[in-house]
Amino acid sequence: MSDTTATVPHLPVPLLDVRDLTKNFHVPGRGNNVLCALDKINLHVGRGETLGLVGESGCGKSTLARTLLMLERPDEGTIRFEGTDPFALTGKELLAWRRRVQMVFQDPFASLNARMTAGEIISEPWATHTTLYPSKKERAARLRELLEIVGLRPSDAGKSPQEFSGGQRQRIGIARALALNPDVIVLDEPVSALDLSVQAQVLNLLNDLQQRLGVAYIFISHDLSVVRHVADRVAVMYLGRIIETGTTEQVFDRPRHPYTAALMSASPHLDVSNSTPRKRIVLEGEMPSPLDPPSGCRFRTRCWKAQDICATDAPPAAASTDEPLHVAECHFPLMPETAVQLLAPAARSNDSDPRLHTITDLGAPC
Amino acid sequence: MRTATVSVPRASMIDDDVVLTVTGLNVDLRTPKGVLRAVNDVSFEALSGRTLALLGESGCGKSMTAKAVAGLLDPVADVTGGTVVLGGTDLAALTPKERLAYAGPELGIVFQDALTALNPVYTVGTQLGEAFRIHEGLSAKAAKVKAIELMRRVGIPEPESRVDSFPHQFSGGMRQRILIAMAVALNPRLLIADEPTTALDVTVQAQIMKLLRDLRTESHMAVVLITHDLALVAEEADTVAVMYAGNVVETGPVKEVFGTPHHPYTRGLLDSVPADVGRGQDLTSIAGSPPELHRIPDGCVYQSRCPLVQDICRAIRPTLEPDGAGRAVACHFSEELDNV
Amino acid sequence: MSRPPRNAVQLPSGGRTVAPPGTEAIALPRGESVADKKTSLFQLLLKDRFATVAAVVLVLVGLTAVFGPTLMGDLSTRQDLGATNRPPFSFSDGWAFILGSDSLGRSMLARLVVATQTTLSVALPAVAISLVLGSLWGVWAGYHRGWRETVSMRIADVIMSFPSLLLAVVILYVFSPSAANIVLILAVTRIPIYLRTARAESAELQSRTFVDAARTFGTKPNAIIRRHVIPVVLPTLLTLATIEFCYVMLAESSLSFLGIGIQPPDVSWGLMVAQGRQYLQTAWWLSFFPGLAIMVTTVAANVLAAWLRIATDPAQRWRLTLPRKRLLVRLPVKEVL
Repeated sequence: MSDTTATVPHLPVPLLDVRDLTKNFHVPGRGNNVLCALDKINLHVGRGETLGLVGESGCGKSTLARTLLMLERPDEGTIRFEGTDPFALTGKELLAWRRRVQMVFQDPFASLNARMTAGEIISEPWATHTTLYPSKKERAARLRELLEIVGLRPSDAGKSPQEFSGGQRQRIGIARALALNPDVIVLDEPVSALDLSVQAQVLNLLNDLQQRLGVAYIFISHDLSVVRHVADRVAVMYLGRIIETGTTEQVFDRPRHPYTAALMSASPHLDVSNSTPRKRIVLEGEMPSPLDPPSGCRFRTRCWKAQDICATDAPPAAASTDEPLHVAECHFPLMPETAVQLLAPAARSNDSDPRLHTITDLGAPC
Repeated sequence: MRTATVSVPRASMIDDDVVLTVTGLNVDLRTPKGVLRAVNDVSFEALSGRTLALLGESGCGKSMTAKAVAGLLDPVADVTGGTVVLGGTDLAALTPKERLAYAGPELGIVFQDALTALNPVYTVGTQLGEAFRIHEGLSAKAAKVKAIELMRRVGIPEPESRVDSFPHQFSGGMRQRILIAMAVALNPRLLIADEPTTALDVTVQAQIMKLLRDLRTESHMAVVLITHDLALVAEEADTVAVMYAGNVVETGPVKEVFGTPHHPYTRGLLDSVPADVGRGQDLTSIAGSPPELHRIPDGCVYQSRCPLVQDICRAIRPTLEPDGAGRAVACHFSEELDNV
Repeated sequence: MSRPPRNAVQLPSGGRTVAPPGTEAIALPRGESVADKKTSLFQLLLKDRFATVAAVVLVLVGLTAVFGPTLMGDLSTRQDLGATNRPPFSFSDGWAFILGSDSLGRSMLARLVVATQTTLSVALPAVAISLVLGSLWGVWAGYHRGWRETVSMRIADVIMSFPSLLLAVVILYVFSPSAANIVLILAVTRIPIYLRTARAESAELQSRTFVDAARTFGTKPNAIIRRHVIPVVLPTLLTLATIEFCYVMLAESSLSFLGIGIQPPDVSWGLMVAQGRQYLQTAWWLSFFPGLAIMVTTVAANVLAAWLRIATDPAQRWRLTLPRKRLLVRLPVKEVL
């Protein structure tokens, strides 16, 4: 996969390059007590681009975010940021690296200390990075500037978080992440706690900031419509692995992994113009426990295309023949025409109950 | 076969009896800032075999409306006006005791957070059987048999061995199924689902919504779905009531309301959904945020965020005007909306 | 679906939503308006009658401890064997004997006033030392988890499992029963109380998102503890300290009763209670008034601490702005389906 990316010229130079990242947690208790949160994760982010990270709860996307921020130490694998491994840094160099990657958290209520004012929260990073804005005057000016950038008033600096709405709190969180002028911001479900009308405001703000500041985003979300709107490229996670990556169009319009197709199909669509009922893949069961992941392909227990080989051999990451950047880990990837057919609204059917259609009618194993 | 493709039925072929009629419902809250109107003059009907969606953002009063219908309001909230007629009986006129005896079997409710809605110290079998013991006077043993039956009905695998498990031993999706099982235990005529899938993943959400649909079709229930998710409403509901700051601002069949919204708020919500908008382009968002309850203005509730606002909107609150074709809107300038 | 896009202003207005999706319930005021927030702690205190009374009591006790002994002069030691155990509330002997006299004919009032100073000068430093040491230790152990936590908790267990009074007796017999030694022994034996509470709260706090946020800036653990952990833990620990204040006063009186605490002619409230016990049948006031002093002081401290904990918590503060009546009147419970 990495070889492919290196040979493609039009890609931006990877700013952040993650190889074979593995993280296990040891859970106290009987039996097999190793929880495999991340299993050989590969991904890269270019300067100024947005990588969408999609997956359901428990798939490891938050652990990945925390590891990228060095809040967790990986067991194996490397993170390269402009060629250097942050886990090898110490002292001043480490502090300098911390500046480059920042995070916006999901919960705008829990991520701000209720006992501090908005101004104190936004300027908190400068207490550690004292050389960034050495004088009081510079800090005050920068604070005003940051408040203005995220659409708050300078007078808001003296208010405490309780006085703000969810959307405004998330703006404070964004301003805090911007305080150190980072190159990458990891956004962990930044809008999922917000109301729809406020969510649109925050998404517009993020888009605007990226265009003005050229910052790269790793945008973690379970909301596919949001990811489709913001991301240049998408990585789909399932049970600690990235099972499919590609550009947003590739992954959303022509998913190759059955799980991706199921995920797309399961999320409801707003479109009411179509008069015929939409066909939908309803996966049975739930994600297996990461304490005891299935052998071979992790998705095989819920996959309608699973064969014997899926239980014995873990599928390698393989690119599609005509789309070299569209990579999926599946023994029997969906053909583009099958995927389109799966996600398209169904043609009017003569059957009495269209729900009786099964997925195998549409995509036999190849 | 592990997976099945199902289509989403938009309308069922079942009788359209009126199960629930809410008329002019007012709910007041007693707060430090005085008595506040949380739900104002809300009216709607729920038909058997149909799903009515109460759609709105947080704090708009949709959950409060549902709780008022179910008689589950917090002590600081009072129903101060209106009628809630369920199956021909006005619930608001009953004493709490009568209400319990009557509405218990007739009305089921499903909450968002299944873990807190279930009692952690009792097995799910005990909690599922409770309804039968109370309302049908069954013995503990017979109630357990019924509980297993119910678990099978809502698709919980191996109900015989899991009936003695405790709530925390189930996954989020399974807990939600248990909650649904409790709600439909006595075959109610009305099922209120308050954000039933908000805490769940999309693939599990699809399973739960399918279950609710199947149950509705099976037992001709009326379903009131309370949600903030427009896409969910578009796929699951037949009619929708859009709420804003305690008021219903627009009602009608989902397809028509979402296709040609007549209220600027409905239009604004639909425009805020990040679909069909190219990457890098701004979404059309609604400026500002909903007013707090103690700052709701005298005129139209939406005036501070509305692009069409005129002097009359600040002076007179528009009432919900039916158009005679099943839709109604509370806006002075709904005709002008299409020209903006 | 053709919806022409509408030109909308995308700047935020000053309005505020009530809660994120899902938390929609009763819209009690979460965000207070600017005017509410600016009400000082003092104004808030005046709104709460109980807390105001408690504060006044504590201020009076403090003033008595500081200035009382000088005002009383030698009144507290002047004996009058002809007027022993005089009952209180008789005005015939002048204001000094309003609370009666003790078994040596000394003024109860004067002795109580002098004892205030002794009592506070033992209890306050003892509480302060154990509060500071125990809290810092606990916060540090809880924040770092791992071996630091384990070792700290085992040490706390060892101290706790040792009968503290016995320890005090042994040590005070070996060394002289001076006030400094009493303070020290009381402080050391009470450290685990703060250690355990501070550790538990700190361990919970270190997993919060705003602490994670601080870590992503590269903030050092000590700075995080100072900025994010201590301000949150402090109110709980202060409340604990007021309860401990009562315990320490009683422990001091036990030691005094055993003869290894405060040594006569010095006098403390605890010692006065102890000395009056043999006269309980004949002269109840000898024990009653110092006992009352202990009780009133501790209750006042508790009330004020409970109030302070709410007043310093930004999420709870609005409760104090409620009219008093509404807190006392039980609202009728609505019917439950």
